[in-house]
Amino acid sequence: MGTLTSKIPDGPLAQKWTNYKASVKLVNPANKKKLEIIVVGTGLSGASAASSLGELGYSVKNFCYQDSPRRAHSVAAQGGINAAKNYQNDGDSVYRLFYDIIKGGDFRAREANVYRSAEVSNQVIDHLTALGVPFARDYGGTLDTRSFGGVQVSRTFYSKGQTGQQCLLGAYSSLNRQIKKGTVTMYPRREMLDLVIIDGKARGIIARNLLTGAIERHAAHAVVLATGGYGTVYFMSTLAVNSNASAAWKAHKKGAFFANPSFVQIHPTCVPQLNDFQAKLTLMSESLRNDGRVWVPKIKGDARPANDIPEEERDYYLERRYPAFGNLVPRDVASRAAKERCDAGFGIGETGLAVNLDFRDAIKKQGKKAIENKYGNLFHMYKTITGIDSYEEPMQIYPAGHYTMGGLWVDYELMTTIPGLYAIGESNFSDHGANRLGAGSLMQTSCDGYFILPNTISNYLADQISIPKFATDKPEFEETEKAVLERLNKLISIKGKQTASSFHKRLGKIMWDYCGMIRNEEGLTKALGLVDELKEEFWKDLNVPGKIDELNMELEKAGRVADYFELATLLITDALNRKESCGAHFREEYQTEDGEARRNDEEYAYVAAWEYTGEAKPHTLHKEELKFENVEMKVRSYK
Amino acid sequence: MKLTLKIWRQKNPKAKGNFETYKMDDVSPKMAFLEMLDSLNKKLVEEDKDPVAFDHDCREGICGSCGMYINGHPHGPVPAITTCHLSMRYFKEGDTIWVEPWRAKPFPVIKDLIVDRNAFDKIQIAGGFISINAGAAPEANSILVQKNKSDDAFDAAICIACGACVAACKNASAMLFVSAKISQFALLPQGRVEAVDRARAMVEKMDEVGFGNCSNTGACEAECPKEIKLVNIARLFREYYKAY
Repeated sequence: MGTLTSKIPDGPLAQKWTNYKASVKLVNPANKKKLEIIVVGTGLSGASAASSLGELGYSVKNFCYQDSPRRAHSVAAQGGINAAKNYQNDGDSVYRLFYDIIKGGDFRAREANVYRSAEVSNQVIDHLTALGVPFARDYGGTLDTRSFGGVQVSRTFYSKGQTGQQCLLGAYSSLNRQIKKGTVTMYPRREMLDLVIIDGKARGIIARNLLTGAIERHAAHAVVLATGGYGTVYFMSTLAVNSNASAAWKAHKKGAFFANPSFVQIHPTCVPQLNDFQAKLTLMSESLRNDGRVWVPKIKGDARPANDIPEEERDYYLERRYPAFGNLVPRDVASRAAKERCDAGFGIGETGLAVNLDFRDAIKKQGKKAIENKYGNLFHMYKTITGIDSYEEPMQIYPAGHYTMGGLWVDYELMTTIPGLYAIGESNFSDHGANRLGAGSLMQTSCDGYFILPNTISNYLADQISIPKFATDKPEFEETEKAVLERLNKLISIKGKQTASSFHKRLGKIMWDYCGMIRNEEGLTKALGLVDELKEEFWKDLNVPGKIDELNMELEKAGRVADYFELATLLITDALNRKESCGAHFREEYQTEDGEARRNDEEYAYVAAWEYTGEAKPHTLHKEELKFENVEMKVRSYK
Repeated sequence: MKLTLKIWRQKNPKAKGNFETYKMDDVSPKMAFLEMLDSLNKKLVEEDKDPVAFDHDCREGICGSCGMYINGHPHGPVPAITTCHLSMRYFKEGDTIWVEPWRAKPFPVIKDLIVDRNAFDKIQIAGGFISINAGAAPEANSILVQKNKSDDAFDAAICIACGACVAACKNASAMLFVSAKISQFALLPQGRVEAVDRARAMVEKMDEVGFGNCSNTGACEAECPKEIKLVNIARLFREYYKAY
């Protein structure tokens, strides 16, 4: 293990993907049937990859922890999906989409991968439409688009506030078609607990049947991880509460490098924590900041109801600090500003960890009807959760962990540093650099699953056709299964006093306080110690009732939290290493005079790919230098 | 708030279940219903007892994992929301709350409040798709779709497959669920090509896996957290009869 070869094809940027496809090795249809591929995860990337590989004729096994593939968390994406169709005649192009993603990611993504996603995005819209995804349409029957965060064109396709659900159900339907045809076998309620490596190649997984607790061995010629991000390391986030990083983390411990773990997007407009048992934070679309004004009281700890606070005692801090952009500053800036006010003691609500998002002036000016037309469903959802009518009083909002740009390191073919192991969708690091643009996630996952991986995987599998299907009685399966059982036994036999969730919650708080929106050397160093202490306590005082060989949700949680302790340490280590501010990674020590991120392109224009070297040993850092040949590296400015 | 919970506990599919009583002393009206159950489970685990098993995931009303019968209603007494969006502010001091799993033959209980909804997937596998491979799609705007039809397709497509319609129906009919998918695709030109075959395949599978016929009571529509309309069932019949 050691070197990073990104395998970027030669030739001009716009020709790379075309050239690659023209020269890639292929597998003939008769041989495809003999090749088995495991896909872990059924979100938009996993379901689209499994179905597309099935369409090509491979034998696919698809796994998910949910009871049905349709429930994977892509289902919750709201806003939309980007593509460079230029249906609006507003000057959009593949290059412009590419440029916006690179710039949005603060010049920390790989040019060739990003350009390919921008290029493939148009095919994605064609395909999803053909699958019956009901995207919004104009009266003439053509597809409608809307604008999204910070870009100057209208390129976001959408299905009201449920674009993720509709795209995922489209992928789920094509997956079902392949299940019916017999090319894909579905394994729901399974959790991947380890990766099996034979002769240096990924050859299978160990999974636990979550209903029976049975440990299963599954073999394949290649393994694809489509297991999402690690946002729940913060405990509360906008993710599903069962979302986890265990599959990716196990692969990492088996040799897959983990890239840029500290790049985590914190979304500014979420429903704040309402009670101590809260399990998650619900996102409220950032479009609300078009008409809502963000403010806190000028008096510390002012407990009056928002409507009783007179105008002159309100601090519209975004308008004050960023007169040019006001309430419409980018996500990372808005999040940090909210945190700054709350930390200074000006936050509102019972916990003091919230700010007002006030529609009073917009309603006064445009009328309630106009606001209802634009945001009716969001106001309804907010009222469902909190009981507050935002037409009458301000919404209370606070930032929450949302999306992880970091992930398993992959090359141009989306293969990790383990031959035969691929990572797609949010589980890889490849496209979003240090910050993801709105509506970029559905785009990337679909590109990876439908059009990129099915083309690149044949380059590897073409050399595997002579290898017969694997038996699962090989010693490597034996050993890996034994290790998995040992760990489960260890977790269940601690017999302490505290629940896995209570540890998770405390871990989340450390991460949020010291490695969230704002980081500094002192806090990060402290966090490393705190995580270690808590980890020690976890392995001494955890309680998991029940047995391994039965449905045991506490055991599931415990395993995920145990992995999060390890990932948390790497996340902090990466944040410490990156002595610059870029995108969502904001180091207090590295900011401009007016509080903006200060990048250091000379020393940090690289992907930090971390290699696991063993239990309790420091990771080894490998650097993939980022070369920008088609764009000029500039300072992102919102002034 | 102080509350009394009567929760259905059933060790496994074969065990005989029963209601267990739990006294809750410290429920905040700001909790979500599932967070209230989380707090009960925390207590149970700390006492080394078996926590109440229930399905849940996104906790924002879109994944369709959660679903339980609460005081005689699927997803509880508040209309048009899922269990995870049910707030404890709708209950009052001293209330007794009855919590049960979905009760329907095609949804066997797995444990406590978890049921097996795999029958839903089987129906979708039978025909809930448009047959097109990645790479074969025409340019998206080459097929125009009337906006009102597209909007109607969307209104049907937002079904989350939670199973509340089945649980609410005295015939355990899955007609609303099946019709939502049949309608979505039948309304769109992309799905029209296979509309009749799809209706036949899905309805046949629906019968085969044990769901009952439509009871014509409309309980499904009344309890659907996504407000899927009965008109979809009329469309299902229209497509289905074309098949014969």
